[in-house]
Amino acid sequence: MTITENTPITPSRTGTSPAAKAISAVPAQREHRQTPAGGRQRLVVVGNGMAGIRAVEEILARGGADLFEVTVFGDEPYGNYNRILLSNVLAGADTEDEIFLNTPEWYTDNGIRLRAGTRVTGLDRYARVVATEDGTVTPYDKLIIATGSRSFIPPIKGLTGPDGQLPGGVFAFRTIDDCRSMIAFAGGRRTAAVIGGGLLGLEAARGLQTYGLEVHVIDAAPTLMNQQLCAEAGGILRRGVEELGITVHPGARTAQVLLAADETGDGETDGGAAGDGGGLGRAVGLEFADGTRLDVDMIVVAAGIRPNVDVGLRGGLTVERGIVTDDQMRSVDDPDVYVVGECAQHRGQVYGLVAPLWEQATVLAEHITGVNPDAAYHGSKTATKLKVAGVAVAAMGLKDAEHPDDEVVRFVEPRQGVYKSVVIRDGKLVGATLLGDTAKSASLIQAFDHGLPLPEERLKLLFDIGLPAAEVGAAEMADEAQVCNCNGVSKGKIVACVKGGMKTVPGVMNATRAGKGCGSCKTLVKEIVEWAADGDVEDDPSANWYVPGVPMDKPTLMAAVREQELRSVSAVFAALAPDGREDAASKMALTSLLRIVWGGDFVDERDGRFINDRVHANIQKDGTFSVVPMIAGGVTSPDELRRIADVAEKYSVPMVKITGGQRIDLLGVRKEDLPKVWADLDMPSGHAYGKSFRTVKTCVGKDFCRFGVGDSTALGVAIEQRYHGLESPGKLKLAVNGCPRNCAEGLIKDVGVVAIDGGRWEIYIGGAGGAHVRKGDLLATVDSPEEVMTLTGRFLQYYRENGKWLERTYTFVPRVGIEKIRAVVVDDTEGIAADLDARIQESIDAYRDPWLERDEPATPGQFRASLPLVSLPRVPVR
Amino acid sequence: MSATDTTTSATMDAAIATTSAMRAETTGAGPGSGARAGAGTASGARRTGAVHRLGPVAEIPVGEARAYAVDGQQIAVFRLRGGGLRAVDAVCPHAGGPLADGQSDDAVVICPLHAHVFDLSTGESASGAEPLGCYPVGLAADGTLEVTV
Ligand SMILES: Cc1cc2nc3c(=O)[nH]c(=O)nc-3n(C[C@H](O)[C@H](O)[C@H](O)COP(=O)(O)OP(=O)(O)OC[C@H]3O[C@@H](n4cnc5c(N)ncnc54)[C@H](O)[C@@H]3O)c2cc1C
Ligand code: FES
Repeated sequence: MTITENTPITPSRTGTSPAAKAISAVPAQREHRQTPAGGRQRLVVVGNGMAGIRAVEEILARGGADLFEVTVFGDEPYGNYNRILLSNVLAGADTEDEIFLNTPEWYTDNGIRLRAGTRVTGLDRYARVVATEDGTVTPYDKLIIATGSRSFIPPIKGLTGPDGQLPGGVFAFRTIDDCRSMIAFAGGRRTAAVIGGGLLGLEAARGLQTYGLEVHVIDAAPTLMNQQLCAEAGGILRRGVEELGITVHPGARTAQVLLAADETGDGETDGGAAGDGGGLGRAVGLEFADGTRLDVDMIVVAAGIRPNVDVGLRGGLTVERGIVTDDQMRSVDDPDVYVVGECAQHRGQVYGLVAPLWEQATVLAEHITGVNPDAAYHGSKTATKLKVAGVAVAAMGLKDAEHPDDEVVRFVEPRQGVYKSVVIRDGKLVGATLLGDTAKSASLIQAFDHGLPLPEERLKLLFDIGLPAAEVGAAEMADEAQVCNCNGVSKGKIVACVKGGMKTVPGVMNATRAGKGCGSCKTLVKEIVEWAADGDVEDDPSANWYVPGVPMDKPTLMAAVREQELRSVSAVFAALAPDGREDAASKMALTSLLRIVWGGDFVDERDGRFINDRVHANIQKDGTFSVVPMIAGGVTSPDELRRIADVAEKYSVPMVKITGGQRIDLLGVRKEDLPKVWADLDMPSGHAYGKSFRTVKTCVGKDFCRFGVGDSTALGVAIEQRYHGLESPGKLKLAVNGCPRNCAEGLIKDVGVVAIDGGRWEIYIGGAGGAHVRKGDLLATVDSPEEVMTLTGRFLQYYRENGKWLERTYTFVPRVGIEKIRAVVVDDTEGIAADLDARIQESIDAYRDPWLERDEPATPGQFRASLPLVSLPRVPVR
Repeated sequence: MSATDTTTSATMDAAIATTSAMRAETTGAGPGSGARAGAGTASGARRTGAVHRLGPVAEIPVGEARAYAVDGQQIAVFRLRGGGLRAVDAVCPHAGGPLADGQSDDAVVICPLHAHVFDLSTGESASGAEPLGCYPVGLAADGTLEVTV
């Protein structure tokens, strides 16, 4: 072996991401010297992942920069990123940049030499050097092996080629590059199979659905998340997963992957990227042990992980499942070689979650720096709390009784998708599973970790009975109690950060990383910050701005707009934005606000509108639009239906759909066709595209229904005709019920009206029945439809003037408080009722059906195609 | 969110340098560049240096964009409120969104589908998407838009 003087940094393999680019731009530093520099020891870290870099951070936090000259080798050509969040990247919820934990600057700033994209292939413990692929060697005084794991590829015929490479359309799920290849490949495909029904498999399945794929989960085990869940809980999870549209094949043994010859030159794959199969052909289906087949376009393998132990083997270290360590996280064979993370085996355990790795990294750092030579790791009890494919799951310890004396308490409500169980041994919690409702997980994890005494009434472990005192509040939590399980942040760390002067919740989250993993602990983090700051929490000032580009909250902005008579979006930027700079992300919200303030006197600049409001239709994923004509109250006529049918045929509309708001949606209309479609329909716009008043849903009411006590249909139609299309901070969906049976779902609408016996009407506000479910609050009970009309309008105007941008009424009403709203809107305690009524009347008077723009377009090329060479629609025709 | 955030200016400068270097490389590649274009990546568009006349600038409302088919490519031309013109690929590299339908300001365009943000001068994405190709665009003496691809 030769020691080279200067080793070039291997260029990154992809070179397109900003992160990758930045790394290859880090100047190659002078290669290590033969002797330690300035008395510092050479510390070499193999593995630039979550455990390795956490260990380095812990070492630096203990004055390690004075002790060590650090070199980090990483197989992946990037800085360290949060692997947990790859699921989010796949699902499109996070961008790649958001998941980076350590930027290239971090390495430079801390004097760490990063050899990203360089794989360590050899370890010579006698010469004390590691060797890389290109034959260069690097000496060390201390070595940390943190090589993590790789995806396990089961020995299924056709799944791998002779060198372990995957055929086309087959992917592992472990790295950013895996994610990228999957995302690049998924577009335009129809079906995907995920092999493996564990945590990773389900996350992959959910992520793939984002790309419109029909997803099958192939699980050799009889139960989903077999490792954590018993059969019953697994069954409930399965129902939840299937409700999302994922098909589960439990107990399915894959006999072989069916391959087709590679079609080359289809332009979909890019020089050697994963997914192109490298000559092995392309996966087209699966064949199961029972002979049945499933046609698929892509396969994701999530069948478990295997520790990367090669470096240990090369160095002659003891390797069983992982590289075997002592309690100081050193190899049992060599006191100068530390092992941390998923590649380490400690007291027979190999961990596959991050929480234990943090503990290992701390012990390692305490020991290697000499800060605490007695530091010892005693193993971790792992508790998982996460959202799997949208279902909340918390699991720890045993999933079921194992001893005859084990005590099990179980609550199951399959219809709600709720499963809760605890396993108790000798009065201590030794296992717990929560599915669907994980409200009790924090206290259970504490009881499990610390062996706390349990309440005699075991049910209290599963539910908050009586007073909420049973909940472990921020104040009572122990300092070392872990709050963020993803990033291993304790309550103590959060408190210290607040005491150190950080007074905003986002600031604390950024500084400690608490809440930056799966996000399920955010509420708790916020509570702790508030508690620690003793009520002195500062809001991030920009969090209160109405829009990012103008530093003012909504009332201040509205006052400035009125005072300075700013009637157009560009006038607002010129007068109120820093340096008068316009900001694309602020335009839509400003347009809405100006319209509310100025009504008909608003100066309409079309670039201030979102595309939906420019062309009065809702943009779809392929760039076509959906068209929903106004059908007030959901009441239509044969003549209207006939016209809708004719239009659908004439313009080959790919899908005609009845909406949840009792309207008819024509989906997949080309932009150029919109004016013609509106003309042929000859109906007003149904406003199914803007942040505005959309629909009033009604039941049939007393004319037809034998239970009806009020004419809900007539009232619903009247409300919609009066207020429809008015812009508002968030969309408005209303309903009128003819009786308390609530068939039109008035209790979960922004405004819901319910006829009750005696000719009276109840008005509910702030309800929601979408991603968020909330029953509306009763605003008032009134005697006539006229009063309903007035109070509805007055509340709408109050919300229009005071709601934050995109704040739906279900947030607005509890934020302001129903009592306050009732005081203003019903009792007129502030004396503004007449003004509110007058201002909404102005907006109503200024209303003009936007679909009339079919005759005189508002701007040149308003309806011109924006993808002139793409033949639309690209959505499937039904 | 906003790409005009001043704290990112240092990285933006670096990004600009990278893009211009990239551009030089692609234009200078000559006949051999055909292979790259065939890969079909968003920024790997064919560049011949040819000037194309698109139409009168009045076709584009101030502050908005319109898309043009130019020699088999789709290009979105933005007419900035501040007075300039910008030409970039019309198709969002994220999932094919129509960028001419996006909201824009003097610096960036936001894709209407998933809100990725792209710098109109460099094509770089502030939100982590792949970069867009950028093209020189200007006005001929007669007020006709001219783009060089
Ligand atoms: C999609 C996904 C979701 C997850 N979700 C969760 C979750 O919700 N909760 C949870 O607790 N855990 C989760 N995990 C697991 C968690 O990410 C891992 O436990 C953690 O990343 C392990 O850290 P590590 O440093 O040991 O390994 P890694 O993070 O894998 O780092 C090891 C690094 O070493 C590099 N390397 C390997 N061999 C060499 C070599 N010879 N030379 C140079 N470099 C090498 C690898 O390329 C890699 O970058 C998830 C994992 C995935 C893939
Ligand atoms: S298509 Fe442009 S952001 Fe998704």
